[in-house]
Amino acid sequence: MRRGQTVILNLVAVAALGGFLWLAEGNFDGYKIQILNLIAINIILALSLNLIYGFTGLFSLGHAGFMAIGAYICSILIMTPDQKDMLFLLEPAYDWVQNAQAPFLVAVLAGGLVAAAIGALVGFPLLRLGDDYLGIATLGFAEIIRVLANNFPRLTNGALGFKGIPDYANLWWNFGWCLVTLYVIVRLLKSNTGNVLKAIRDDEAAARAMGVNVFRYKLLSFTVGAFFAGVGGALLASLLTTIDPKMFLFTLTFNILMIVVAGGLGSLSGTVMAGIGITVLLEWLRVVENPVDIFGYELPGVPGMRMVVFSLALIMIILFRREGLMGMRELHWQSLFKVFSRGRA
Amino acid sequence: MAGDVILATSDVTMRFGGLAAVTDLSLAVRRGTIAGLIGPNGAGKTTCFNMITGFYKPTMGTIVFDGQEVTGLPPHKVCKAGIARTFQNIRLFGNETVLENVMIGRHLRQKTSWIDAVLFTPGYLREDKAMRAHCLELLAAVGLADLADEQASSLAYGAQRRLEIARALATEPSFLLLDEPAAGMNPQESEDLMGFVRTIRQDFDLTILLIEHDMKVVMGICEHIWVLDYGVTIAEGAPEAIRRDPKVILAYLGEEGGLHA
Repeated sequence: MRRGQTVILNLVAVAALGGFLWLAEGNFDGYKIQILNLIAINIILALSLNLIYGFTGLFSLGHAGFMAIGAYICSILIMTPDQKDMLFLLEPAYDWVQNAQAPFLVAVLAGGLVAAAIGALVGFPLLRLGDDYLGIATLGFAEIIRVLANNFPRLTNGALGFKGIPDYANLWWNFGWCLVTLYVIVRLLKSNTGNVLKAIRDDEAAARAMGVNVFRYKLLSFTVGAFFAGVGGALLASLLTTIDPKMFLFTLTFNILMIVVAGGLGSLSGTVMAGIGITVLLEWLRVVENPVDIFGYELPGVPGMRMVVFSLALIMIILFRREGLMGMRELHWQSLFKVFSRGRA
Repeated sequence: MAGDVILATSDVTMRFGGLAAVTDLSLAVRRGTIAGLIGPNGAGKTTCFNMITGFYKPTMGTIVFDGQEVTGLPPHKVCKAGIARTFQNIRLFGNETVLENVMIGRHLRQKTSWIDAVLFTPGYLREDKAMRAHCLELLAAVGLADLADEQASSLAYGAQRRLEIARALATEPSFLLLDEPAAGMNPQESEDLMGFVRTIRQDFDLTILLIEHDMKVVMGICEHIWVLDYGVTIAEGAPEAIRRDPKVILAYLGEEGGLHA
């Protein structure tokens, strides 16, 4: 298929998404719209983790940390000084925190950039570690960020967190950023730099012999991943309008990791599909937490039951389909057409 | 054919704890030649390669390549200086296509970055196109042009060996290290390989140093040979002299016999 055709098809797909969002905005209730918003944000987060883990082979569990950085930076920038005056009960905010203000776009960008800068900074020592050690160290990093958020009340309002963050993050912002993330990561991976990242994942020693400065490319992937994790965190803060350190526990990283593994390590289209599927399932499975009535016996609902179901699902994936939904394959327009023409024949 | 010395190692020694893997190695490979490094298993041949390409930092001694000292440089800088290698146990990027494997070797000489790719700059598009064309030419040179879009791990053994060489050539080396290129090949394939090595030397203006156990290949294409045993250089010289050297025969084949070629 020629490039021109692909570009047109991509534009049509984006337009279709836009039309869908416009319809959804007018007709869906708040709950469904919230789910759509969460889908977009989860896809952003999962794409960035797949870049780091699936494509570069860096086992990183620090996503919650980067999200926290993005969320706090963005929230500080979009809340008005009056709001912050009311919020900071424990101790007054630093002057620059008190007075800082920026439009939403700048605030989200700032959240991403600060997350990227801190990612590069911690990447320097951490990315020299291999495999599991990197996982443990990045997990530690995320915990450190959370503990810091708890203990710097003049910056983060401590354990109370922020409430009443302006809810700018609507469908358009979230899906807009989702498309930007997808575009940048696709272009990055399609360029020769993407080949180099995959080479590092496949065989680091051979990559070094081919003249690849392995550390530099690991740092690049980690930093770009951290940027989009920060962006995702920033959008999430504005969507939920309230954040506190407890929100950024390890389980948050785990949810993202689940999407990446279910979709396929090394498949962007798999990540998008799993991002939609798992976000919807997480809501849909709330049913299993309700009390059920079987032949007159009342079974009480168990809170947290859906996480049990999800853990089971993840175990099933690892046992029976380790490569996830898509493995390392990608969905192209070409492969879609093939499926359709086969269906007609 | 023989020119000045392109690679010189002087008294290079590599110790791992108490074990001296290579002792006082002094190679002097002349520009444009095909040289061989032979010796029984465990003699330290691959260790030499790892020192030359920067994977190991020698305990002592210096390595000079083309007038520039490369001792202890990291592998990617050694590669940039113009030394490329293949591995004894083929190490391709298995999940990538044949063409992508070669392009990874090419990235070293690439000027535009991924940011240009995101922004679709004209410079990037031009370079990307040229790079693809160049890599396809390299694949054609090793006879793999038809397989460009196949996954590298799906290739047959001989084709994987040739792909590894194409990938090394993509880094634009002036010096190529081949670690057992004929391993696992039948006599006919070895014969073809000898012709192939001579051809790439000619076409790409290379100096080649190879490790090989197949004596027919070594004696057939090498112009100068170094023999290692337990990390010590026990002989060097032209193939005819090596073949008759009693020390080599002793180390290689035990008490009796000779090197059959």
